Amino acid sequence: MFSKKTAEQIKFETRPNRVGAKAFYNNPKYRGWIYQSVLFVFLIGFFYSIVSNTLDNMSAQGIKSGFSFLNTSAGFDVLMSLIPFDTTDSYLQIFIIGILNTILVSVIGIIFSTILGFIFGIAYFSRNWLINKIAVIYVEIFRNIPVILQVIFWYTVFNALPIARESLNLGDAVFLNVTGLYFPKLVGESGSGVVYGAIVVAILAIFAIKRWAKKRQELTGEQFPILWTSLGIFFGLPLLALLITGLPFHLDYPALKGFNFKGGISVIPELISLAIALSVYTGAFIAEAVRAGIQSVPQGQTEAARSIGLKESKIMSLIIVPQSMRVITPMLNSEYQSLVKNTTIATAIGYPELFTVFAGSALNQVGQAVEIMFMTLAIYFVINMVISLVMNHFNKRTELSAR
Amino acid sequence: MKIKNIAMTLAAAGLVFSAQASIAGSTLDSVKKKGVVSCGVSTGLAGFSQKDEKGQWSGLDVDVCRSVAAAVLGDASKVQYKPLTAKERFTALQSGEIDILSRNTTWTHTRDTSLGLNFAGVIYYDGAGFMVNKKLGVSSATELNGANACIQAGTSTELAISDYFRENKMEYKAVTFDTSDQTRAGFESGRCDFLVSDQSQLYALRIGLKNPAGAIVLPEVISKEPLGPVVRQNDDEWFNVVKWVVNASIEGEYQGVTSANAAEMKAKGNPGQKRLLGSEGDLGEKLGLPADWAYQVITQVGNYAESFERNVGQGSPLKIARGLNAQWNKGGILYSPAMR
Repeated sequence: MFSKKTAEQIKFETRPNRVGAKAFYNNPKYRGWIYQSVLFVFLIGFFYSIVSNTLDNMSAQGIKSGFSFLNTSAGFDVLMSLIPFDTTDSYLQIFIIGILNTILVSVIGIIFSTILGFIFGIAYFSRNWLINKIAVIYVEIFRNIPVILQVIFWYTVFNALPIARESLNLGDAVFLNVTGLYFPKLVGESGSGVVYGAIVVAILAIFAIKRWAKKRQELTGEQFPILWTSLGIFFGLPLLALLITGLPFHLDYPALKGFNFKGGISVIPELISLAIALSVYTGAFIAEAVRAGIQSVPQGQTEAARSIGLKESKIMSLIIVPQSMRVITPMLNSEYQSLVKNTTIATAIGYPELFTVFAGSALNQVGQAVEIMFMTLAIYFVINMVISLVMNHFNKRTELSAR
Repeated sequence: MKIKNIAMTLAAAGLVFSAQASIAGSTLDSVKKKGVVSCGVSTGLAGFSQKDEKGQWSGLDVDVCRSVAAAVLGDASKVQYKPLTAKERFTALQSGEIDILSRNTTWTHTRDTSLGLNFAGVIYYDGAGFMVNKKLGVSSATELNGANACIQAGTSTELAISDYFRENKMEYKAVTFDTSDQTRAGFESGRCDFLVSDQSQLYALRIGLKNPAGAIVLPEVISKEPLGPVVRQNDDEWFNVVKWVVNASIEGEYQGVTSANAAEMKAKGNPGQKRLLGSEGDLGEKLGLPADWAYQVITQVGNYAESFERNVGQGSPLKIARGLNAQWNKGGILYSPAMR
């Protein structure tokens, strides 16, 4: 019978027997533990000293500290807010608005940079000369220009648009001018709930069909046209509901009233410029990650797939991309985190995200730099930790499982 | 390898610990030792602080820096300029990066009481106002309901406009920018319908427009904006120096002492003029400065009137009238405490 031994024990026992070798400070386990605790105590002391030093210096200089300012009224306006906001609202609300605006532009950026990255990363392998060259040029141009210049570039493009009264007009419904993009808003009337319900049912049905089709294919080898069926259900079911309930929707059109457009949905140019710049910039890096991932899959996989007669498009989507995800995912993680951090460049064009509105305007109005910077740093830390957790979870799922 | 890493971390941390940040202490001594005054100014605002093609700074705010350098070091050119945005200015002063903040900064209660700062006087009495494009056909601020406003972030204007619109039950959207150049560009492109800022800045920004005649400044003045230099709190010596240098310039105008006649007045002026210029009394000594401190200020930089006319008044493109900024006995509110 074998007794189970840890690697540590085996290593320890196979050492040549010397005098003192058994002393606890020669035991690598204890030794590591001691070093770690010394370092830990030291770090605690280090941060304590920084914090107390800062507080002492601040009180010596007569600078107010504490978080009570969060409840006081801010008294300034914020350009864009996802929650109702008035200039009499508190700094805490400014903080929340900043966080939401940061998350909004990050989410938009992550979605579009991923789409761009995968399109151009895969386009790099196209046998079509033009498509391949477009991918190469895209990556090389946008990867090599500092992102702040790209943000200012897009904002300058926006600033060159006509003023509100001379808006670019698409069918009296969509308007584009220097103050933003305006389009109609869909407003539901009574009965619209049925249509929303139909959309949910359609989505659930698509998932069910997908599972059923997969099972069937595993059992019988027969393929089911999932894409077309899904599209049919996704559009067909809500359309049916629309007809039955008698179109319970109307459009709220934007219209020029006074200085600006009222009604509909408006998107400010600061958000559009920042979202485009971040998506295009990060997309170029993701394209490189995708290229590296695809190249990491051995050529033999493609050859094997061809030899069993798979179509080129199927080879990419079924064989190459899933395997390349192992390489791509960790890189995606850091690109997403960079994107979140890069949103702070908004301060150059005045998009009201966390850094601009809270660590900028609010900080300057109350002057409590230490508290405000601490809160701001903590939020970026938390957002990036969440991204990391999600991506690590995804990474675990795409890992090569050893059998 | 691991031990080496830890050792290096310890060494690095040791450095941080030993290097104690000491901002407190006498600014006057450190300025004398450095031989230069570090002065925080704006990133570029006509009439107040502006850099010409040769890299020379000039303006009303810059003259405060130059006056302090003349009084303390005997040479108005011994100034090191630090251009700062509105958002950066207080942190730069608090952290000791600059000795004086002379950057069209409004003296407010909050700033004076909670930022660890002291306002050393008022060099320009201002008020926030509006600039609009002539094409809009607006003649009063009360017609601005629903308009977009271009504002510089972190200014007291950001708060003043909110009060004004709330009081008049109107709405606006604030498009905020970091620098006054960006704010002007936003106004020029039509991103916002009007620009709100201190009156003096409106005139300064207007001459920078591609078509200055296309913009008008509305009659409403919506706030009190007393602008002046700022120093760190708890350094009374330096606070006194800056405060009395500002006063010396105002007193100079009141006493009729100019850069041209100061030498003559110093020798045979009236007692008040002699005290100011250091040929009588010990005003300089009490500040820890040479006896001729105010004489240096007035001969090298000029009295308040000279500085005003050269930078923002009739001798400048801004052509701003003295108005509130005239001496108290000439219809304004400019008044230096007694120099005795």
